[in-house]
Amino acid sequence: MRKKINSQWTTVLVILIFIFLATAPFYMSMFRVSLFGKYICFAIVAIGLDMIWGYTGILSLGHGVYFGLGAYCMAMYLKLEASGGALPDFMTWSGLSELPAFWKPFANPAFALAMVVVVPVILAIIIGYLTFLNRIKGVYFSILSQALAMILSVLLVGSQGYTGGSNGLTNFSTIFGKSLSAPMTKLVLFYVALAALILIFIPCRFLVKRRIGKIFIAIRDGENRVRFTGYNPAKYKVFVYALSAAIAGIAGALYVTQVGIISPNEVGITPSVEMIIWVAVGGKGTLVGPIIGALGVNAMKTAASENFPEVWSYFIGILFVVVILWLPGGLISLKDLPARIKKKFHKQSEQEDNEEIIPMIEEEQIC
Amino acid sequence: MLENNLNEQANDTILQIEDVSIKFGDFKAISNVSTTVNDHEVRFFIGPNGAGKTTILDAICGKNKISNGKIIYRKEYDVSKLKEHIISDMGIGRKFQAPSVFYGITIEENMEMATARRHSLYATTFLKLSKEKRDYMNYVLEFIGLKDKRFHYPTRLSHGEKQWLEIGMILAAKPRLILLDEPVAGMGRKETEKTADLLREMKKECAIVVVEHDMQFAKDVSDSVTVFHEGKVLDEGTMDSVQNNHDVINVYLGRGGDKNA
Repeated sequence: MRKKINSQWTTVLVILIFIFLATAPFYMSMFRVSLFGKYICFAIVAIGLDMIWGYTGILSLGHGVYFGLGAYCMAMYLKLEASGGALPDFMTWSGLSELPAFWKPFANPAFALAMVVVVPVILAIIIGYLTFLNRIKGVYFSILSQALAMILSVLLVGSQGYTGGSNGLTNFSTIFGKSLSAPMTKLVLFYVALAALILIFIPCRFLVKRRIGKIFIAIRDGENRVRFTGYNPAKYKVFVYALSAAIAGIAGALYVTQVGIISPNEVGITPSVEMIIWVAVGGKGTLVGPIIGALGVNAMKTAASENFPEVWSYFIGILFVVVILWLPGGLISLKDLPARIKKKFHKQSEQEDNEEIIPMIEEEQIC
Repeated sequence: MLENNLNEQANDTILQIEDVSIKFGDFKAISNVSTTVNDHEVRFFIGPNGAGKTTILDAICGKNKISNGKIIYRKEYDVSKLKEHIISDMGIGRKFQAPSVFYGITIEENMEMATARRHSLYATTFLKLSKEKRDYMNYVLEFIGLKDKRFHYPTRLSHGEKQWLEIGMILAAKPRLILLDEPVAGMGRKETEKTADLLREMKKECAIVVVEHDMQFAKDVSDSVTVFHEGKVLDEGTMDSVQNNHDVINVYLGRGGDKNA
């Protein structure tokens, strides 16, 4: 019963990560805690991406779009609260004399919070229906999703008066009436992000353990066969795509509260691809792996850029190459390393051991 | 079920292929093929490569669209216009030539997926298999001889076992009609014989259409045979009668014989 041991092992790992994050404010400076708050937002996106890429095998290179939509919805509310009834500063600079109609409802925090999820989900359902129902898949879908990221960032930069252009939305002051710069607010926001991570992780884990999760994997392994087993893959793909969009939207909204700014730079192609890197480095198709990947890669990025400001970006590149070459299962597969080494030395007695390596990528079924 | 009720079913038509043609661009892969398959019948489609056997299987299960004619299932449904997953839900199971099972989930999970009859998002998230379904699944697992391995991943199975798993997945869905594309290709004699036993057992529950090149296998298991040649039906009947047809000997069966002579 290898499976059971494996699942217990990951449960312990997840609990350790959550304990580490929950206790972070007790031994880290507020500055570090805020950084980890940001990483947690990234970890949330990574979970959503793992659902769609790791499990269902759909490589979306445009999840910055959903992250961005969630973030902008939240930022619009914060901006309106900051300007206190007056026209937001950037609108005045761009020569607008009146608040645009679509901005008005965002003064209501409940509406803004709902839109954080609703807007990404609606867009994802529309895109999902058009592509998955027409059986656009693989690299074609990836390209399409990347184009989407491109379109949104160009759109945001282009409509300066409505979106703050390339500066994005910033200069917030309060959230629900509390000062954003107060340490207490920051601490609360950190724990809100952590709670969101846990509350998103648990249902996702529930889903992948259920039959629906097995269907996701089956779609990854052989979409046609799923169809001839009586399931409509398009339905499941739209669902998981919308789910991951909702998760990315929530992450985006939390990100804005942590960082205090959202600009087209966080929405476009580069951040979208970076999200994929977190998942790949951590280990896709495991849910825990991407959390480790997002936290680890970003922590390393910060550490490297502080200590080696000239060459830090090479570290990330090297890490990515190392993982792809020697750890295709991601950092999470390090746990199998002792077994793999043992196997190398005891080629003879491999009968019992080769259960260790769970087939992650058994690609391209021909039907 | 009553004895004579069973007999009545035996003569039921399950599939009528009426004047079907299939075109790929200008190329006519199938022209004006008609045949009828009865319930509890094992029908073999044989013929040289490129005769259109697999093409017509693809058409029955919805993978290919037909350009004219009708494919009537259980006397009332024209399946030629339906989507694959709907056809599958109606009780037509399809096995492809290359074993195509899901390698990322265990053998039991493969079987569970195939056994479950409710395919909504809600059902797949919250519902478990009923006891009756689970019992049937275990029965099928035993039947195909994979019960002891059910917690393994299919990557560890031999070629023959993968084929049986796929057949088991089809059986688990309790289909009325099973379409098998070269189920014994690549199998040894022993595995082939076991597959033949499986088929004889299976036909008690449903009708089976098999595309196959293995003549001994066809002889052992078939109730009737349809010979295809260049997209047309050349002959139809029992294996014995077909083997004595001169046309069939010329285009298909005889070739090996000529070489040996």
